[in-house]
This record gives sequence, structure tokens and C-alpha cells, in this order.
Amino acid sequence: MKRSEITIAGCPIEVHEAGEGAPLLFLHPGGGFKADDAYLGLIVKGRRLICPSHPGFGGSGLSDWMDSVDDIAHIYLELMDRLGIAKTDLIGCSIGGWIAAEMATKTPERFGKITFVAPVGIKTGPADQLDIPDIFVMPPAEVPKIMFHDPSKFVSDFSKMPDEALATMVRNRESLALFVWEPYMHNPKLKHRLQRITNPVLFLRGASDGLVSANYLAAYSALVGGSRIETIPEAGHAPQLEQPQAFADAVNAFLAA
Amino acid sequence: MQAWHFSETAYPYLPPQDSYPSIRVSLPNKHYDPRKGAELWDRYLKEWQIAEEEGMDIMLNEHHQTATCVDPAAPLVLAALARLTTKARLLILGNPIANRRQPIRVAEEMAMVDVLSRGRVEAGFVRGVPYEISPANSNPVRMNERFLEALDLIVKAWTNHDGPFSHEGRFFHHRNINIWPRQWQDPHPPVWVSTTSSGGARQVGERGFIQATFLTGYQATRRVFDAYREGWRAAGRGKYVANDRLAYAALVYVGETEAEAHAGAEKLLWYVTANKVAPQYANPPGYVPVEANVHMLRGAEHPLSAFAKAANVEAAIRAGLMFAGTPDQVFNQIKRHYEYVGGYGHLLNMGQAGFLEHEESVKGIRMFAREVYPRLKEMFPKTAISGQYGDVPPEPPEESVLKSSSRGIDLTRDGPLATALGAGS
Repeated sequence: MKRSEITIAGCPIEVHEAGEGAPLLFLHPGGGFKADDAYLGLIVKGRRLICPSHPGFGGSGLSDWMDSVDDIAHIYLELMDRLGIAKTDLIGCSIGGWIAAEMATKTPERFGKITFVAPVGIKTGPADQLDIPDIFVMPPAEVPKIMFHDPSKFVSDFSKMPDEALATMVRNRESLALFVWEPYMHNPKLKHRLQRITNPVLFLRGASDGLVSANYLAAYSALVGGSRIETIPEAGHAPQLEQPQAFADAVNAFLAA
Repeated sequence: MQAWHFSETAYPYLPPQDSYPSIRVSLPNKHYDPRKGAELWDRYLKEWQIAEEEGMDIMLNEHHQTATCVDPAAPLVLAALARLTTKARLLILGNPIANRRQPIRVAEEMAMVDVLSRGRVEAGFVRGVPYEISPANSNPVRMNERFLEALDLIVKAWTNHDGPFSHEGRFFHHRNINIWPRQWQDPHPPVWVSTTSSGGARQVGERGFIQATFLTGYQATRRVFDAYREGWRAAGRGKYVANDRLAYAALVYVGETEAEAHAGAEKLLWYVTANKVAPQYANPPGYVPVEANVHMLRGAEHPLSAFAKAANVEAAIRAGLMFAGTPDQVFNQIKRHYEYVGGYGHLLNMGQAGFLEHEESVKGIRMFAREVYPRLKEMFPKTAISGQYGDVPPEPPEESVLKSSSRGIDLTRDGPLATALGAGS
């Protein structure tokens, strides 16, 4: 993919792009963006795929004033202006889905079809129960078990990773904490704004996702009129990584319909 | 040298350590019996009163959701001490202001106790250890920035006497700041900040506050104090830094004999050995810089964590985490440490921990206060200039080290400490 950098409100934003055609904006999950992930090649066909790294993630900067997902949404609306994109289809995974929802509630007319992949961002359950399990106070060994259908395929050997990759991984996690810490994984206002989204919307979820439950996604979908849900078997919170072909098939079918 | 008696006011009557994942944050409070807790508080307060009688000053601190320090509201205990004592300085170290939503409330509390004690408050501020993040639901990212904004705002609230002012900062917002009462001391109580990092110490030095560092031994203490002095000079505060700007906290136990000292010292190690913390509480994202986390992923370990795995009195003394032994031994240990790190005006004596019983604690306080403290005051006056290193090795003189062979009772096998740690099972 082609990498470029655009400074918005004083903050350098890294953008990876590939392909030509109608734009498709892809917003990465909390683990960050990796340009060599297999699913990207499967959804890029006939499209201009645009993948920014969120502030504080990957090669993007982080300004002192930024501390909310709403801030990121505003940065990306300006990024669309700067890239000359009047209207685009949109895909967002996990926190990327939350950013996508914030953007779409502000300017729904600038988006075509929207795919939310295991999105976070709303609170629908009771006050004494977390909608999203607290990944920050879970024993570290437990986290992959709720993230993946088959965690054994996603074991990182830190000793084989270069310092730069480790530093990016650590910084991504730090930035994730900054943006989602409180209220945990949601913006209390967002669910009251989702009614603005009348676009064609697909919610995707891995059947084994231990972070975003089926009930949570159903509640999310119920707040977005006309949306529907598809479940990808043998996948956890990142179906794009665990079942890239099934993920791409679902996305491509939705975009082609 | 000014010495402060400090207890973390622990609740040590816990089930075996292997039966719970963490003494911090998640240990259910069903293990706390308020009746036993009240008895403990009676004696901890009494020990502070005895320390005052012996000419020492008083230090207390605050932690949350933990048995290691059952004082989640240190200003309350500070207020009690204000009325239970008459002459000791009262150091709270400290207020965890990176985790407080309202710094002005903290300014009010300190001012209130300063009036109650007729000007005896020493107001300490801490960023807070990582396991305080969860109890406070506080964001671990940008804690330093929050800490400094809160600290500057508190000092401003203390020193403003002409009606309301406003603060619209990065993290805190107040439109009408006008605290009552105003504090007794003018311009305000001495401000202390604890940090164990060079970067933090430099910032404290720039502001000229008193810098305390905990259990950092020889080399790290010297680095922290050096950074403080650098910051002090860089801010144009003058060429010389007086000793009374710097404080060191160590485990301290003085006995009449080596055997008695060893028995007390071994019980003090509870501070280190009981601190079983689940990894997710010990290192929340953003608490330490990215580079430090990369080192940890490569297997680097915090010196204190490494020490805790094989904690023993002799190693603690050699590392400068502990000063224990007969009066001569303790004096020589402190003297060597003082000379190596470049001097400090305050010794924060962690003189009670875990299962160190009342009589033993009092014995340790009295032995220190009567047999060691006068010599420290004479040899290291608070007007001395810090930063003058002695040409000495980073370890105590060999004859002053309390050896394992001088052990009185073998607590590792069947004593109450061993039982509490689950070592016997």
C-alpha cells in the first residue's frame, strides 16, 4: 500500500491507500493497522481503499488536546475533505466501528454503505454490568481467549519482534486506554444519535467474539434503522483476521448489492 | 537530619497468599474484620504518639482497596493526629492528586488540618502507584500532566487571599476558587512530592518542593537526587541545594542486639513480600513510558520485584533498602548511604509493617530515637549542602551488615509471617 502523511489540526495522520475506484474508508481496530493483513487484498478490488491510523496509533501523531473518540471522528471528517472525498463507503472494526458511528451521526449524507465490524461505542445494559468486558483488568493471559476463536494462531513472540514493532504495539494499547477508559468503551450520547444513520448498514460479528456479544450487537443494530446483522463462524472479535475470506465475502456482497 | 516514623497501617491477618491473586485492588473485604481493624488503628495511632514523645516526626500515607495500607482517606487520619499530638510535624505523603477529581477539595483538607494542628502540616503529593488506577477509575495516560496541573492549582488556591479566582485548565475547571479556612502556615505548608524517576525528580527540583524517594537503594537514589539538583539549578534557584529538600524512605529497625534487630527487620520485610500484585494492576497502559514497557516485554524486571522474590534482611541492607542492626550498625549504614547518594535532610523510617507487634515496633522506635537519631542530627545538620558525594562504595561497610547468621528466630519456617505468606503450606 502507498503510505502518506497529512497534518490535521497540528496532528500528523498516517494514511495507507491502495487501488482505484469508488472510495472505501477503513477504520482499524484497537490493535492498530497492518498494511500486509490478508483481508485487505480481498476487499480492495475495484475500490480506492483508504486506511488512516488513528491519532496515537501506528505512525500517526497524538496531540495533547485529543482524548475522545469524538475527537478522532472530527479529524477524519477533515481528512475526507483534504483527500477530496465528498462521499464514501465506510468500514470500521471495534473502536474503528465506534469512530465510524460517530462520523456517520454527524454527516450521514457523506457516507454510502456502512459496515460495522464488532463495533463498541454504546452502553445498553444495566449499570452494574459492563457491556464490554474490562480487558484492562483481566489477567493478560485471558484476553486472547475472549478475542479469538482460536487464540493459538495469534500468539506473539516478543523476542522475535523488532523494538519498533514492540513500541508501536505498546503505544497502540496506551492510546486505546486514553480513548476508551471512561466512560468505558462508550459515549453515553451516541446511542441517542444513531437514529440519524439511515444509510444501508451491515453489522458483522464473529460467532466466538467474547468482547462484543450477540445481544450487544442486536441492541446496537436495533438503534440503526434498517440495519442487519451477519455472523461469521469460527471467528472472534477480529473476523477480518481470523476468517479473511468469509469477512471479505460478506463485505463485498454487501457493497455490491 | 530529621526522622519521621511511618507505618503503612496494614491489615496483615490474611488467608494464605497463594489463595488470592492480588493483595491489591481485588482482595475481597470479607477478609477485613472491622473489630480487629479498630484495634490495629488504636495501636498505630499510639505508635505515632510514642514517636512524637521520642522526638520524631510523623508520616502517613494513603492507598485504596488493599490490605497493605488500610487508610483510603489519609486526611482523616491526619486530622485525628492533629488532635492527638501537639508538637510533631505531620507529613501526609501523600495525596494522590492525579486520581482526584477535585484538587480544590484537597487544598481545603490540607488547610483545615493545618488550622487544627496550628501549622504542623507537611503536605505531600504523589502521582500514585499503578494499582491506584483501578480503585480510582482514573485514566493511566497523562497522569503526570494531571498531577502537575493539580499541584500548581492547589498551591495557587492556598496563596490566593483576595476572593474568587478561576481556573480553566487542561484537566480541571473551577470558576470560583476561594478556600476557607486559609491554612495556618504562611505562605503555605511545606510541599513534598515523591517520585522514584529522574524525570519526575527534575520537575520537582524546578519547583523547589521537597523530594522524597522510596526504597531506591544506592544508585537509583543518587540518580533521583542528581536529577532534582539539576532541575533546581536549571530553574535558577541557586547553585546549592540544601539537604532539607531531599528525603529517603527505608525500612528501619534498631535492636539492642543483632539477634533482636534481625527479628524485627525480618518482620519489616512484609512490606516487600506481602505486596503480591496481579500483573494487570501493576502495569496499566500508559503508566510507564513506551520504552520502559518495551524493556519489560524483553524481560527486564523492576529491581524491587526481583528483590521480593528472594527477600532477606542481609540483601535488603546491602541494597540500601533497609537500615537495621545495632545502633552502631544502623548509624554506619545510614552514614554510608547518605555519603554515597550525596546527602538528604529527611529519613522516612518505615518502622512498622505486617506482623511487627506493638511492643516490637515501640522498641524499634525508641532504640532509633535514643541511640541513633541524636548522632544523625549532629553529623548531618539540615543546613548541610547536598550533592557532595563521599568517595565510598555503593554498599554499607561490611562490619555494619546484619548477617543472616545473626538471625534470632527463624520466621521463614513456622512463624506467623510464614503462615501469612502461605510458606508453610
